[in-house]
Amino acid sequence: MRVLILCEHDGQGLRLGSRSALTFANAVAESTGGSVECLLLGHSLATVALDAAAHAPVLVADHPALLNPLADRYAKVIAAAVRQSGCELVVAAATTFAKDILPRAAGLLGGAMASEVIGHEFRGDQLCFRRPLFAGAVVATVALHGKPQIVTIRPSAYAPANARAQLGAITGLVVEEATLPTQAEFEALHSKLSNRPDVTEARIVVSGGRGIKNSEDFERLVGGLADKLHAATGCSRALVDAGITPNAFQVGQTGKVVAPELYIALGISGAVQHLAGMKNSKTIVAINNNPDAPIFEVADYGLVGDVYELVPQWIAKLNAPP
Amino acid sequence: MKILVPIKRVPDPDQKIQVQPDGSGIVTDGLPFVINPFDAIAVEEALRIREKFSEVTEVLAVSIGPEAGEPQLRTALAMGADNATLIHCDAPLDPWNVACLLQAFAGRYQPDLILMGKQGVDDDFSQTGQMLAALLDWPQATFASKIEFFNGGLRVTRETDAGLEIIRVSLPAVVTADLRLNEPRYASLTSMMRARKKSIERLTPAELGLAIAPRLQWLGLAAVPSRRKCVRVGSLDELLGKLRDEEKVI
Ligand SMILES: Cc1cc2nc3c(=O)[nH]c(=O)nc-3n(C[C@H](O)[C@H](O)[C@H](O)COP(=O)(O)OP(=O)(O)OC[C@H]3O[C@@H](n4cnc5c(N)ncnc54)[C@H](O)[C@@H]3O)c2cc1C
Ligand SMILES: Nc1ncnc2c1ncn2[C@@H]1O[C@H](COP(=O)(O)O)[C@@H](O)[C@H]1O
Repeated sequence: MRVLILCEHDGQGLRLGSRSALTFANAVAESTGGSVECLLLGHSLATVALDAAAHAPVLVADHPALLNPLADRYAKVIAAAVRQSGCELVVAAATTFAKDILPRAAGLLGGAMASEVIGHEFRGDQLCFRRPLFAGAVVATVALHGKPQIVTIRPSAYAPANARAQLGAITGLVVEEATLPTQAEFEALHSKLSNRPDVTEARIVVSGGRGIKNSEDFERLVGGLADKLHAATGCSRALVDAGITPNAFQVGQTGKVVAPELYIALGISGAVQHLAGMKNSKTIVAINNNPDAPIFEVADYGLVGDVYELVPQWIAKLNAPP
Repeated sequence: MKILVPIKRVPDPDQKIQVQPDGSGIVTDGLPFVINPFDAIAVEEALRIREKFSEVTEVLAVSIGPEAGEPQLRTALAMGADNATLIHCDAPLDPWNVACLLQAFAGRYQPDLILMGKQGVDDDFSQTGQMLAALLDWPQATFASKIEFFNGGLRVTRETDAGLEIIRVSLPAVVTADLRLNEPRYASLTSMMRARKKSIERLTPAELGLAIAPRLQWLGLAAVPSRRKCVRVGSLDELLGKLRDEEKVI
């Protein structure tokens, strides 16, 4: 199969999730005797294109009109690139970037799409995908009919690909501004800049729930422990709803899905919607003052107690010289 | 101005889901169903817009699926939707099928705004709104946490991985609701009684000129067992010892 990866970048290099998409794409291309290409959209992409070329040949749609990821424009450019390249499978990491844009591209390309893929296999010649349902309580195996097939994969399910020795070719795509839709306009992005790693990319995640009472306490307890462990901070929906944490921290069915080596849940009850976002973490630790909290059913280690007492003690131990 | 709100009937998200022994589907006997939570948020937003702007003449809820979806449409009516349509279809549907049916329906109904959920909490696709916007060639604003009217169009705040993004779209448009857009109202008992008397329009895919051609084929379902056994530790020191010496993660 010829596979095209819609790559996500930060203006400098590929996001880690796109390297997971590469791993999936390489595996499919290898089993089918196919090839892999990266597709980049944006503006001033020279540096990003070089980073992507370390993995595969790259198609670049570089234009001022593509500076911000507006779904209607991006989907149109992607659909044109897919038709032009004749690829049969389009893949991206399941982040809000791709979740916004790729289904729209699928709408232009015949609608054969599976989102949030966590595994794949061949049944005869048929490429089949595994994807979770019902907040991860069930896994379905599905197949797609029609070409191209379009999928988003969960980065937590595929390890990021490493760079290759040889650089792939970089080919510019012609973007005709006059053909791009103009009914949507970008106004602003308010990102809470954090000097901590992204919750989907960190080796350790410290997450807080309603047990944490306010933003100061979140910063002091969850943030404080995260900094000592070089970890990212996450949270349950309860804290985002209460305005204590930004929405980008939310872990769960409708937030981010993470699978770090260590997930530390502080004052989180363990609702299925939260578990959907973290239950595949390698090791799970829960601290909760309710011994019957459901989070203990999915944790490897459970400590019953008050996070307001235990977390400062933990931080103090990490401050103390060994 | 007319607002169309597509709603999906889904199993109550608080219920435990069980898979049929042969993996052909989930066990639905005795399983309570509700309006998909994101669609309830979309209904609520449509009602708030109607309450604020007299230009809004109708909020119409539409659901595609079996007859069993009628109670969810009645709930939308009880919340305050003006009318409801059930597009009766017993065949399994994928996002492409739903988007095609909604496109055909929108062609007849001519809404100015389609407000829908960002994802069904059963299949977790999060595809239908975007596909529909592509088919209609309308702008889209997905994962909306705030909607304002602005210069004859909309100014929408979107929840993205990078933070809150603000975009402006002209009308007609498709907007998909995220959790923090609003807190849906409960339908009171009296409004439920009143909604029971309302008539619900019925349509079929054939009447919309469409046959269902799935793009996604379900090959089987399997339950995911929990594989962990929780070790209860008695103290912080014991916990840190385990993480350091056994798990080697800190
Ligand atoms: C459609 C839908 C989608 C959803 N999506 C998500 C999602 O993506 N992510 C998500 O997280 N939720 C999601 N939810 C919400 C979810 O159902 C729960 O309401 C939420 O996860 C609860 O958050 P919590 O555990 O922080 O709060 P609670 O359930 O209130 O739990 C707080 C816990 O903290 C403990 N506690 C309190 N004080 C202390 C203390 N001092 N020390 C130690 N422990 C303490 C309590 O014992 C309790 O167990 C969704 C819900 C719906 C309906
Ligand atoms: N059968 C259906 N009938 C009406 N609306 C639907 C149906 N399926 C999906 N939708 C709408 O599409 C949204 C996204 O669903 P999905 O793409 O399946 O996650 C839902 O929140 C609904 O608003």
